[in-house]
Amino acid sequence: MITIIRKELADYFTSIRCFILFILVLLASAVALYAAQQGIRDASIGSGFIFMGLFTTGGDIPSLVTFIGIFVPVIGIALGFDAINREYSSGTMSRILSQPIFRDSVINGKFLAGMITLAIMIFAAMLIVSGYGLRMIGVAPGAEEIIRLFLYFVSIVVFGAFWIGLAILFSVLFRSLAISLLCPLAIWILLGNPVFNPYVSFIVPAIADSIGTYLMLLRISPYWLFAEATTALLDPLFRGLGILTVSDTTGMLLRPLSLEQSLLLVWPQLTTLIGLAVICFAVSYVVFMRQEIRAT
Amino acid sequence: MGKKIVLETRDLTKKYDGTTVVDRLNLHVAENEVFGLLGPNGAGKTTTILMLLGLTEPASGSARVFGFDSTREPLKVKRLTGYLPERLGFYENLTARQNLRFIAWLNNMSDEEAEGQIEQVLEAVGLTEKADIAVRKFSRGMKQRLGIADVLVKKPRLAILDEPTAGLDPEGINQILDLIAGLTKMDTTVVMCSHRLYEVQRICHSIAILAKGKLVVEGALDDLGREALAGGRYRIEVETAEVSPQLVEIIGKIKGVNNVEAEGNFLHITTDSDLRAAISKAVVNSGVALIQMKVHEFSLDDIYKRYFQEEGELKQ
Repeated sequence: MITIIRKELADYFTSIRCFILFILVLLASAVALYAAQQGIRDASIGSGFIFMGLFTTGGDIPSLVTFIGIFVPVIGIALGFDAINREYSSGTMSRILSQPIFRDSVINGKFLAGMITLAIMIFAAMLIVSGYGLRMIGVAPGAEEIIRLFLYFVSIVVFGAFWIGLAILFSVLFRSLAISLLCPLAIWILLGNPVFNPYVSFIVPAIADSIGTYLMLLRISPYWLFAEATTALLDPLFRGLGILTVSDTTGMLLRPLSLEQSLLLVWPQLTTLIGLAVICFAVSYVVFMRQEIRAT
Repeated sequence: MGKKIVLETRDLTKKYDGTTVVDRLNLHVAENEVFGLLGPNGAGKTTTILMLLGLTEPASGSARVFGFDSTREPLKVKRLTGYLPERLGFYENLTARQNLRFIAWLNNMSDEEAEGQIEQVLEAVGLTEKADIAVRKFSRGMKQRLGIADVLVKKPRLAILDEPTAGLDPEGINQILDLIAGLTKMDTTVVMCSHRLYEVQRICHSIAILAKGKLVVEGALDDLGREALAGGRYRIEVETAEVSPQLVEIIGKIKGVNNVEAEGNFLHITTDSDLRAAISKAVVNSGVALIQMKVHEFSLDDIYKRYFQEEGELKQ
């Protein structure tokens, strides 16, 4: 399997596709840095977590967190949509499967290589913003901020894993590259994009008859889960992901939550995201293992 | 014969959606021979190969390669077997050498071993100079050669080649056929599928003919021809200066001669064994000049046609 990961990584890093994605990510980091530079002075960062403000502050221009919310699904889909069916269409699948390797190492290797690539891209973007941001604002991150940012990074990777898994699922199900690209994109537009999201803005309000079902339905959307997790992780002042009544908030002290409390808040969101990613991958794994190599 | 059997199938059967594609197939391939698998398109050759490699599960029956069950121990089978698919593909963005290296890695070869082996097989298929060119710039024939190199790089004990000469020019075909024929000396058994009968005839020791998933005939090439076309007999053609009824009579009396037919200056003689010496003597003794004489060799073409004629007659 190591060999497959090694080859996939080599492929990714020499491909034009990844080059373009990398440039996108770098541009997004640059723009987000600019946004932070403009906004961070006025931002009401009451919590004292100024360094994290670099990631969350935006004004007219979106912050890095917003950019990442948009780009991670796109990167995930771009990395996974042709993972399996391209091997079939180029005729390399039967050649590889006739080598003494387990069949699952092909799909495992591709999934892991995709995740590693995605993790490297995001990690690079976060480091660039941290580095330049450090020069810009001159405030060093505290230990808690570093941990929070790291947890944020982990949740991005999980979120990305979901989209890679989804894209690989379609690449296992469909032989045509166009269809396996369009299907996850359609799901992204319906459920996962933060800019114009029909699910969040039309469908859920139309169906839901109470606040409870409203939130439950929203939380089917992987983007919504990720957004909630991100907010709770990066904004310690953030109190609750549900609906807070007036009686809840009266007398509430506006002090940042401790790391454990924030974690407790996002635990269900993170677990659900991991669950969704696992389901996507597991289904594609099973389908792939059962697929027959046929004489054509 | 008495040779070790390295590949054996027992009542191997495969069904796709209720249609039987391979029907109770029993094949036997002896060690270090070139075995030809023949049959029209859709006869189940490729499906049989996929089952031999454990890539597809048989509906019933079993296949054993070097004693390993293809379905239960596919990794052991695949470690010893190289496979050249009919529709072969490479990673187009990688060079020939990188493609081969990947396969060598998948076979757990060490780096030095892999490099040495890659150099050797590239040399063998004549691609040394193109080794560092991306495969997307390769012609069909070059890809086919690379496919052969790809099979050989893992040093297989058994090479299964599906249409190994497809897309090659005549010179290329000859080179590849020589290469394949030479493999048996390097302790490699070859199973090849081909539509080009003369190729099979040139290098194969044994053949099996499939039709609609069923085994039509299996055996050594020399025996098959006589079996198929002359009921196990020899056919001898004699050209003489002139043919007289007496001559026909004389030859007909030789022991072992079954039938004599005259056609112009030619005599077609069917015999139980190679009686050329006795016949030539009879012709010369009768005072007629003997111009030429030969034992009719059966081409695979004849054999193939013969079996498919039967097949056709059966249908009607």
